[in-house]
Amino acid sequence: MTQLKASMAGTVFTVNVKEGEEVAAGQVVMVLESMKMEIPVEAETAGKVATIHAQVGDFVNDEDVLVTIEA
Amino acid sequence: MVDERGKDMTEKVTYNEKLETKLQEIFAGGAPKYHEKLKEQQKLFVRDRLELLFDNGEYTEDGRFANCEAGDLPADGVVTAMGKVNGQTVCVMANDSTIKAGSWGARTVEKIIRIQEIAEKQRVPMLYLVDSAGARITDQLAMFPNRRGAGKIFHNQVRLSGFIPQICILFGPSAAGGAYIPAFCDIVIMVDGNASMYLGSPRMAEKVIGEKVTLEEMGGAKMHCSVSGCGDVLAANEEQAIAEARRYLEFFPANYTEKPALKEMIAAKAGRTLEAIIPENQNAPFDMYEALDVLIDEGSFFDIKKLFATEIITGLARIEGQPVGIIANQPKAKGGVLFGDSADKAAKFINLCDAFSIPLLFLADVPGFMIGTKVERAGIIRHGAKLIMAMSSATVPKISVIVRKAYGAGLYAMSGPAFEPDVCIALPTAQIAVMGPEAAVNAVYSNKIEAIEDPKERVAFVKEKHNEYKEEIDIYKMASELIIDEIVAPSNLREVLADRFRFYSTKNVPQPPKKHSVYPV
Repeated sequence: MTQLKASMAGTVFTVNVKEGEEVAAGQVVMVLESMKMEIPVEAETAGKVATIHAQVGDFVNDEDVLVTIEA
Repeated sequence: MVDERGKDMTEKVTYNEKLETKLQEIFAGGAPKYHEKLKEQQKLFVRDRLELLFDNGEYTEDGRFANCEAGDLPADGVVTAMGKVNGQTVCVMANDSTIKAGSWGARTVEKIIRIQEIAEKQRVPMLYLVDSAGARITDQLAMFPNRRGAGKIFHNQVRLSGFIPQICILFGPSAAGGAYIPAFCDIVIMVDGNASMYLGSPRMAEKVIGEKVTLEEMGGAKMHCSVSGCGDVLAANEEQAIAEARRYLEFFPANYTEKPALKEMIAAKAGRTLEAIIPENQNAPFDMYEALDVLIDEGSFFDIKKLFATEIITGLARIEGQPVGIIANQPKAKGGVLFGDSADKAAKFINLCDAFSIPLLFLADVPGFMIGTKVERAGIIRHGAKLIMAMSSATVPKISVIVRKAYGAGLYAMSGPAFEPDVCIALPTAQIAVMGPEAAVNAVYSNKIEAIEDPKERVAFVKEKHNEYKEEIDIYKMASELIIDEIVAPSNLREVLADRFRFYSTKNVPQPPKKHSVYPV
């Protein structure tokens, strides 16, 4: 299991994947918006999306878990 | 035994045999079992490290016979030597971890102090090859508190800082007080898996504060290179660490009075153009490393603190053979927003380049400093001040390029027009403002926007104000008002930078007389 965490405080701008979907390493799975900037959240390894922990519009703090990926 | 004149040579042979025996003991280092341990840890013996470091593996050593009468302490656990790296003389101290875990006795400390003194007199770089358990407790009175005790090593490091380059390669532990050797160096190269730095060991932490933690978590190379920022370069193995140190030294003069050497020009890496790399949408991410490839000589980049505070890139490179220090925002990481750590990282790098006459190139694409309770409590203003002070007081040639946005104090941190860059260049995508259009319109008209009941009318009003704001901060208007000095086509930027750095190479700026600034640390 890999947990993708927020690198900084912001809101969820887009969720680009669905639970159960296969993702490749480096694929953008979510985009946060912070300081008016789009912050891509990339999968660190290939795998299947197990859980999406935040939805569009949610405020997240840095280090909050956003997506869990099964290897 | 007699010589050709019939004189008895027995005594002379005995002398030579004794010398030869002693030297063999010294060169052998510690007992065989400690050499076996090195192999298990995938470490090299100290003398093998030195052979890799120096040109042709040749060096001249001092204090070889230190503690030679003790029997089990050859060279007292440290090799101090002079030799050439890339044809330039350097001084080195290198711990021998096969001898009492590389711990420091009285003579170890004296040898390190002496080689530092030689580096100062010769005005040449000083390298610290660290692999040491710290103080030899049994020798503490002789090596710890006195005038020429271990404290003197750190005092000398501070004295030499900015006078000559000081480089640390960390092969093993650098424990307790010894952890300050890397801390006072210009750069720390750490070998993944073996290098560590900590004030109190995990065992001590458990006993004293009850924390259970591994050495790697507390003070390992990966942690220091990505979290604490105490490490600058993470090397996969010892050979790579030494090669990185040699490459780093190519950018530096022997001391502060000299200038770094020029090299033959190498073309930039072939790839996408800056126009293709940089999105027009100010808020969209892109990879600044790809933009750097367009500007610098291929393969010349030396990344410093690559894994730490990745929202800002700091590294040495060459543009048409000229060495430059690059500070570039990375929109791909945290939107390129500046945090306390990014400010610290850039401030030290600017100080390093300024100390040794390496010109600075700022590539700005910055939404500003981070806001919010967390960063305010962590002292972001204090950290930001460090960066602005370092940048502002640097007297080397400085070129500021506004790649895309430069908002708020981000413009100041990236050597904006008020901070006397030799030139402030804008790309056509540049946008300079206190804040971006969305935030600005919201800040000025939020009450008015909320008061408009018809949604269509509200959208139209916001759009109108956005357009007015964009006209106000139009880059050609900024150029017309002489706020920026030049607008350059992205395809010409590399050539323009090379020409201007050549032109500014004679820059000499006298500073107002004072003892020193009051640093906002």
